[in-house]
Amino acid sequence: MSVLVFAESSEGKFKKTALEVVSYGKKVAEQLGTNVVALTINASDSSELYTYGAEKVVSVTNDALNTFNAKQYAAVVTEVAKAQNATVVVVDSSIDGLYIAPIVAVNLEAGCVSNVVAAPSNTNPFTVKRKTFSNKALSNTVISTDHKVIGLAKNSFGIHENVVAGTTETFEATIVASKVKSEKVERVTGKVTIADADIVVSGGRGLKGPENWGMIEELASILGAATACSKPVSDLGWRPHSEHVGQTGKPVAANLYIAIGISGAIQHLAGINASKVKVVINTDPEAPFFKAADYGIVGDAFEVVPKLIEKLKAFKAS
Amino acid sequence: MKILVCISHVPDTTSKINFAENDTKFDTNGVQFVINPYDEFCLTRAMWFKEKQGASVTIVNVGGAETEPTLRKALAIGADNAIRVNVNPTDGFQVAKELAAVVKSGAYDLVLAGKESADYNGQMVPGMLATLTDFNFINGCVGIEVDGTNVSVQREIDGGNETLSTNLPLVIGGQKGVVEEKDLRIPNMRGIMMARKKPLQVIEAVGAEASTTIQSFEKLAPKGAVKLVDADNVDELISLLHNEAKVI
Repeated sequence: MSVLVFAESSEGKFKKTALEVVSYGKKVAEQLGTNVVALTINASDSSELYTYGAEKVVSVTNDALNTFNAKQYAAVVTEVAKAQNATVVVVDSSIDGLYIAPIVAVNLEAGCVSNVVAAPSNTNPFTVKRKTFSNKALSNTVISTDHKVIGLAKNSFGIHENVVAGTTETFEATIVASKVKSEKVERVTGKVTIADADIVVSGGRGLKGPENWGMIEELASILGAATACSKPVSDLGWRPHSEHVGQTGKPVAANLYIAIGISGAIQHLAGINASKVKVVINTDPEAPFFKAADYGIVGDAFEVVPKLIEKLKAFKAS
Repeated sequence: MKILVCISHVPDTTSKINFAENDTKFDTNGVQFVINPYDEFCLTRAMWFKEKQGASVTIVNVGGAETEPTLRKALAIGADNAIRVNVNPTDGFQVAKELAAVVKSGAYDLVLAGKESADYNGQMVPGMLATLTDFNFINGCVGIEVDGTNVSVQREIDGGNETLSTNLPLVIGGQKGVVEEKDLRIPNMRGIMMARKKPLQVIEAVGAEASTTIQSFEKLAPKGAVKLVDADNVDELISLLHNEAKVI
């Protein structure tokens, strides 16, 4: 028996969430009295995962896996899970993680629970806590099957160092046929994406027009943050849909979410309430966002944000 | 083209979330139920295929009789007929297995489902359904074109988009972008009248078992009041974020 975690990487480097799933897998393995095995696909050096508790790393390298293909990746995870006799498989709740989780679950006839926020409260019956009702509640869910697939919510368990003397072994995975072919990938390079960002700076209709987004981008750049926007802003075409945060847009589980000129409609709040610390800057003291925020400034974005940029520059330089 | 659109019956997004029976059941008192927003995008896209390229559109829900008003609304939007699988499911795996039985018996070419439901947010059903039926599968779909049996799909990836090609039969996990929100259909009076006469078939479940059960729910702990900082004193905000919240 073992716990298998899929440590996602991009261009050979591990994502921060990969270190979190390894940390989580180590904890689950301890609870079950077994080992954690980390699976890497086309990652150049896996030794970083030993720092977070991976006693064994199974490294799959294959040019056919250079581009993500859900069926093929899920088949590799399934094959390695079987080879390692893994009863629990952990992926992160990224776009690709949640793409493969249900396929792996069917392959292993496993119960599958996504958006999990904590280590199991009990391993018999196997009980995990997950976010539900668009982050407005939590549910304690029992997985009753022999095999279990868990999608860990970002920034929920944290990254915990747990240095072990790990070993890496290579694995020749079977590449299954897939009729879904990638034709073109268009990615904004050089920008922090909402999914990876620890800090997100988001603008709303209070910014009055797309020409005023320079200060949002400058603030984000100082903080190493991703930029985002409210639904009306993406509907008006001021910003791309990929930045739309909310119920039907992107979910944000950042450490810090700064909302500027956003009133805080319930659908927007549903998309951000998994974030840890929320700051709102808005002229309207009655804006609903003030009820959801940790810190707030009642003020005009055009006056407050330039001051904030100036002071943050000095803070970062000090 | 024979299209199946999976419809979840979910609480309106503005609903207050409460629990009953010792926090073991969702309290439906005073809650307005609607078509799952992610499914609504898919349903509208199916209508487009029907009108522009010729297609039949069946909708399906796995649930009790209380979901029928939601199915009638989807019929009023323009779906041709509805199927309700008569069981109250407890997890996504059970829903996917019941839907797989419907798909296998109906010779569908394209199955459209929202990538997740707005209540339990599991994001499991489309992928499980595709795997159980051995259909091709694309998740997070933000654009789809069908030419004969060839399909071109855009999906969202971290920081961008990917264009994929595949063939029917296909399961799509859809979201906003499959159609835009401004293009969503609202039932008109004629549609509502016609929907009353459209077939809504109730079929018995195949008896799929759930693999997970919800033991209890928890509401989030109440949040403390916002700390307001004077607009002329952004230094204080920086200090709070650095020293108190420790996020910068």
